[in-house]
Amino acid sequence: MDARAPRSIPETPLTTPTGPVLAPAPSRFGLSPLNRRRWENFKRNRRGYMSLWIFAVLFVLSLSAELIANDQPIYIRYDGTSYFPVLFTYPDTTFADKNDPDVLGTAADYRNDPDLIARINKKGWIVWPPIRFHYDTRVDNPPMPFPSKPTWALTRADCAKAAEGGFAKCDAKLEPNWLGTDVNGRDVAARLIYGFRISVLFGLILTVLSSVVGVIAGAVQGYFGGWTDLLFQRVIEIWTSIPELYLLLILSAVLAQGFFTLLGILLLFSWVGLVRLVRAEFLRGRNFEYITAARALGVSNAVIMFRHLLPNAMVATMTYVPFILSGAVMTLTALDFLGFGLPPGSPSLGELLNEAKANPYAWWLGLSGFFTVAIMLSLLIFIGEAVRDAFDARKIFR
Amino acid sequence: MARSTMPLLSVRDLSVAFRQGEREMLALDHVSFDIGKGETVALVGESGSGKSCAALSVMKLLPYPQAHHPSGSIVFKGKDLIPASEREMQRVRGDDISIIFQEPLTSLNPLHTIEKQIAEVLEVHRGLRGPAARARVIELLSQVGIPDPESRLAGYPHQLSGGQRQRVMIALALANEPDLLIADEPTTALDVTVQAQILKLLKDLQARLGMAMLFITHDLGIVRQVADHVHVMTQGKIVEHGPVERVYTAPQHPYTRQLLAAEPKKEPAPLNPSGPIVVRTDDLKVWFPIKRGMLRSVVGHIKAVDGVSIELRKGETLGVVGESGSGKTTLGLAILRLISSDGPVVFMGHQLQGLKFKAMRPYRRNMQIVFQDPYGSLSPRLSVSDIIEEGLWVHHPKMPADERERRVIRALTDVGLEPSTRFRYPHEFSGGQRQRIAVARAIVLEPTFVVLDEPTSALDMLIQSQIVALLRKLQRDRDLTYMFISHDLKVVSALASRIMVMRQGKVVEEGPAAEVFAAPKSDYTRALFAAAFSLETAAADVVAE
Repeated sequence: MDARAPRSIPETPLTTPTGPVLAPAPSRFGLSPLNRRRWENFKRNRRGYMSLWIFAVLFVLSLSAELIANDQPIYIRYDGTSYFPVLFTYPDTTFADKNDPDVLGTAADYRNDPDLIARINKKGWIVWPPIRFHYDTRVDNPPMPFPSKPTWALTRADCAKAAEGGFAKCDAKLEPNWLGTDVNGRDVAARLIYGFRISVLFGLILTVLSSVVGVIAGAVQGYFGGWTDLLFQRVIEIWTSIPELYLLLILSAVLAQGFFTLLGILLLFSWVGLVRLVRAEFLRGRNFEYITAARALGVSNAVIMFRHLLPNAMVATMTYVPFILSGAVMTLTALDFLGFGLPPGSPSLGELLNEAKANPYAWWLGLSGFFTVAIMLSLLIFIGEAVRDAFDARKIFR
Repeated sequence: MARSTMPLLSVRDLSVAFRQGEREMLALDHVSFDIGKGETVALVGESGSGKSCAALSVMKLLPYPQAHHPSGSIVFKGKDLIPASEREMQRVRGDDISIIFQEPLTSLNPLHTIEKQIAEVLEVHRGLRGPAARARVIELLSQVGIPDPESRLAGYPHQLSGGQRQRVMIALALANEPDLLIADEPTTALDVTVQAQILKLLKDLQARLGMAMLFITHDLGIVRQVADHVHVMTQGKIVEHGPVERVYTAPQHPYTRQLLAAEPKKEPAPLNPSGPIVVRTDDLKVWFPIKRGMLRSVVGHIKAVDGVSIELRKGETLGVVGESGSGKTTLGLAILRLISSDGPVVFMGHQLQGLKFKAMRPYRRNMQIVFQDPYGSLSPRLSVSDIIEEGLWVHHPKMPADERERRVIRALTDVGLEPSTRFRYPHEFSGGQRQRIAVARAIVLEPTFVVLDEPTSALDMLIQSQIVALLRKLQRDRDLTYMFISHDLKVVSALASRIMVMRQGKVVEEGPAAEVFAAPKSDYTRALFAAAFSLETAAADVVAE
């Protein structure tokens, strides 16, 4: 379908002299009228449309999490030269005079080396991210034992206790932790930003992969039918009867925990969800007359499946995708909560919730974990509902 | 029939508008008609002319509030129904006014028995229950001519034939002896022989029960048989009305004249006895095995096509005629090798039987098919240009893009469509235009043989004759050989040079069209012709439902 570009049409024998000018081909990327109507319907659902925007903004922000929460400065101007510590690691000799005996040539430590900061400030300036912690940065000077309260919530009593116990004083020098720290002394706000990103990315990858596998499996079953369908369906029935969680527990004991290991294990089970749907669509679709017409033209099975049948099955698939996404996010959070998810130390929302459960007095852990998960899932569900309604041709919007 | 001073139903200046987002669509535009007691009034028009909309608004069954009435009144027995509440309407519906729909398959609930469906109406409006209700159900069923009604009570709709289902629908509509029966294309989905029987039944019942009937159809032949008064509708307006005889003999409005002249011209392709044989089958069989039991042993066969031999020469048109279920479409698909069959299929001297899918591909270029349903036969997600050029991609994969485009444009011009429409999608076209696109898809490969599987059945009369004219022109210009499958004998007689009458998979009669039409040999063929051309019913033993 790529050879559409040149449009040199001999006009003389084909159109009458007074005939209308041939309409230009619509742009390849333009929406078809049907999709344009769906988009209009989607926009008409204010809640879903707003949710999509909020979610998109949050997701784009979290994609640049390194610029928002990091223990490296974003930008350093030193001695007339620009440096980007977020992207590159510089030795501390970079920010010192040549024969300074104090510098050793190790990687610059911007957090714990006040001399370094002083030297840079003398000859230039630093731009810090709004949150000066990476998700694994340990707060080294807290005002109270971990988990420590959000800085703004420290009471006079807390400060008095800090002075007694030899903790950091409540003064202007105290580093702000907007949402406090967790049990291991890591900034909660930073972990939430990174946790949101990893959850959504994990969900997206899992959704895309399981949709691809599920659609292909369902398409093959539905299109060929008969024995293929019968065998495949029985295999799937047996497969889905394996208790997923127990298998996961066993596998995570054997395999090293990791992002992609977990993705693979979950994919083993999640692809089944779409199969039935796509299979039904293909079973229905393969008897349409335009499929017979395509076969009468000699079009091959693969082309019929993907050119003629898949677009129809995609409507049913698309309405489910947002829900699969929220399901995947939820599964990841649940596994993290149980300790079988991402490797320890990863910025995971489930781990945060687990810590909140272990330390019920540390309200900042529970509340921030709860609101992040609740808002994220609500947004996804609202978007999903709007998508579902927009694809429903019979739904009437007023 | 004499008209009383006060008509039973009087519709005045009725308009119906549909809200679609911000826009308003006027479906019915200041329509007025009267129906007297015991009278039959027909609304005639093509699809989209608003005739069904008029019928549904009498029952107030439109999808309110998307639909609303900007003007007009519907006075039934002296009471205006437009301001009537939903509860008042429920009392009118099914009791005073009842309706029969076109599709008997979907208008009966497949999960309820016949008795339950009819008894429900009796209970709602009459409060009849138990033995009394059962007696009334049996009475109704025998009234509509269902043989042995007691044994049918516990039956489900799928156990009945299409004609019998329509009879049950009529029984349902008559259950409470309505004053007005609305029949919305009641015979369109039925075979011609069954159609004749149902029409006769409706007329008989009307005479016996003295009810009025509002008859909605696109088929002018039926109107003449059934109605006293006719109203011709187009684009939501009544353009002409009057007694049936007057409208037929002296039509006033140009649209009516157009409709009456719409019968396709009889100009069949000539026989070509010396031409090369394009398609030959010898004792072709399509048997579907019936499997039973644990071991799925074959206990018998459904003989969809049972020993059919064809010899079709170049430039001829073979008309295959028969009721639904007679195996005519199966025969077409078997010749194109789209379903498996037994017996030789020889195409232009090449034996096709037993060829694999890939080996068939070179022959597919020369044999094409056009289907009945112009809505189902075009992929809704491809543009017209994509649909037409698909065959070119398969058979001429190396064809340069501009050549391919030229061919698409030529095919579109040949079928009478504007080439600039090729970037649009099928849903933007009307039924007739879609059928033209389907024809363009078939001819773009320049085939020698085209199977036309009821290409005009889903279309209005006017469009039908246009498509017939188009097919005839294409056949002449390109020396095409057609196999024309249809249950509509009028269209077949307009095109076919040879006729083959099929029944239950077997050929009943075969021969040159002129001979068969002039002197049909078998009883079945005679009955078929009588039903199709003069809506006469045949003796029951010749045509079983």
